[in-house]
Amino acid sequence: MSSSVNLGLAEARRRLAARELSARELTLAHVEAMAEARQLNAFITETPELALEAATASDARLAKGEGGLLEGLPIAIKDLFCTRGVATTAGSHILDGFVPPYESTVTAKLWAAGAVPLGKTNLDEFAMGSSNMTSYHGPVRSPWTKASDNADLVPGGSSGGSAAAVAARIALAATGTDTGGSIRQPAAFCGITGIKPTYGRCSRFGVVAFASSLDQPGAFGRSVEDSALLLQAMAGYDPNDSTSADLAVPDWTASLKGKVKGLRIGVPKEYRVDAMPEEIEKLWQEGADWLRAEGAEIVEIALPHTKYALPTYYIIAPAEASSNLARYDGMRYGLRVEGETLADMYKKTRAAGFGAEVRRRVMIGTYVLSAGYYDAYYLKAQKVRRRIVEDFEQAFEKVDAILTPTAPSAAFRAGEKLDDPVAMYLNDVFTVPSSLAGLPAISVPAGLSAEGLPLGLQVIGKAWDEQTVLDVGLAIERAAGFEVMPYGLASG
Amino acid sequence: MSLDKATVRKISELARIEVPESDLEPLAQELSAIIGWIEQLAEVDTDNVAPMRSVMPITHAWRADAVTDGGMQEAITRNAPSAHDGYFVVPKVVE
Repeated sequence: MSSSVNLGLAEARRRLAARELSARELTLAHVEAMAEARQLNAFITETPELALEAATASDARLAKGEGGLLEGLPIAIKDLFCTRGVATTAGSHILDGFVPPYESTVTAKLWAAGAVPLGKTNLDEFAMGSSNMTSYHGPVRSPWTKASDNADLVPGGSSGGSAAAVAARIALAATGTDTGGSIRQPAAFCGITGIKPTYGRCSRFGVVAFASSLDQPGAFGRSVEDSALLLQAMAGYDPNDSTSADLAVPDWTASLKGKVKGLRIGVPKEYRVDAMPEEIEKLWQEGADWLRAEGAEIVEIALPHTKYALPTYYIIAPAEASSNLARYDGMRYGLRVEGETLADMYKKTRAAGFGAEVRRRVMIGTYVLSAGYYDAYYLKAQKVRRRIVEDFEQAFEKVDAILTPTAPSAAFRAGEKLDDPVAMYLNDVFTVPSSLAGLPAISVPAGLSAEGLPLGLQVIGKAWDEQTVLDVGLAIERAAGFEVMPYGLASG
Repeated sequence: MSLDKATVRKISELARIEVPESDLEPLAQELSAIIGWIEQLAEVDTDNVAPMRSVMPITHAWRADAVTDGGMQEAITRNAPSAHDGYFVVPKVVE
């Protein structure tokens, strides 16, 4: 394996600009790494030819001293972003054969910035899952294993392929999408950084929809700086997305200093959930100590409706999903299963095309929206959502950012928790509340569990204040000094 | 609330997903467990709370009422499982 795959995104960028490295060499090294790591199943579609073609064009621009923010840098794209001429599956059987005739706004921005497309990464079907076990294209294997054995672990989900690809040094960085934790939880499980910006910061145009009031694209990198750099190229107003915010994108990387002196950091007492492993409680305390040592003030805060966030999410997200997924009917694209009548064809196509978790959520969503139940479930959940948002608003009157663990455990074994949907949903207990409130949040690798697996800390910020989230994240990154490589990389 | 087989059958009709008879009972139990878990929301006092539909205040933008895109019949029908002369082919719905 070439050492250039171990460079960070920002460092590789500096070397390309200095012409110490060519985009073609850098891309070849990543294309080789992608081929060597196929056992991870991190990619659904690899695009090595497109990557090398783009790298050659980047070298020509770099030679003239031109080039965009990500010129010549190989990255991976979650297979939920539509890419013109390249198959887009959303991890589902129902999109078999679908080749988008258009490009998502986020990926169009990345190609315009000069990024090199390595391929489309695996994910839970329609981004519904926390383990990457629900993909029609098979589970992703984490590059990490426990120190004690070699059993396969999940990379987390739903953006598990992107997180695994970045952790395994296949891609310098990768896009993800986060609806209830789908960037932050896999980042924590894979020992990398992942940021979900404020709802509305990145365009959802061309991103296969799951739950439209929650879905938000974001970025994975192996450092806070790398994640900020990728996010910067992804963000910005788009008239094609009515919920996209018409706000200038700040130069986050230029302002990134990691200074937390004088900041007030909230620690919510409600996040001390039952049965949380002691090592996670300890890491959280350590994170607070690191920030205090850098001059931040740690303040206990109350987010009283925290325990209601998950049940609220599991009404709102399935309800929106059942509506969004109505479009998969076998008529215009994807799978079609013949039937006697039109209705029969719909039902057979959707029965064959959707996996168990998607069927479960579409049915829950259909139920909570159905006549007689709408007020009791959906309307109630929308009201509780406001209560949760108000909790954060009150907390942010007193603090600048909030520190929590990212997930209540380290990565678990492939196949665990599959028979109990509610146990699986609890993975997102710390990430869902900020998703419901649309707030920016980052997960930064901060330590190892007793079994030698990465654990993440989450920083949640005020709406549109990604800068503080990144700065606090950088302070944690520096204090934690997390530099452990996945053991799976050494053992193959 | 616990969902029975008849309710699950009705939901599957509404969702246009065929569910085999043998899956109805296990699915009823699974969905009942999830619905039972989300019913804890009843504890929250939401009197006089307005439902939240959009988490960020969005001001909808005005634009000229002009055609900005289109004329791509071929590109759009290329993905269809069955297309003919620029149309999607579907089973006969009117006798």
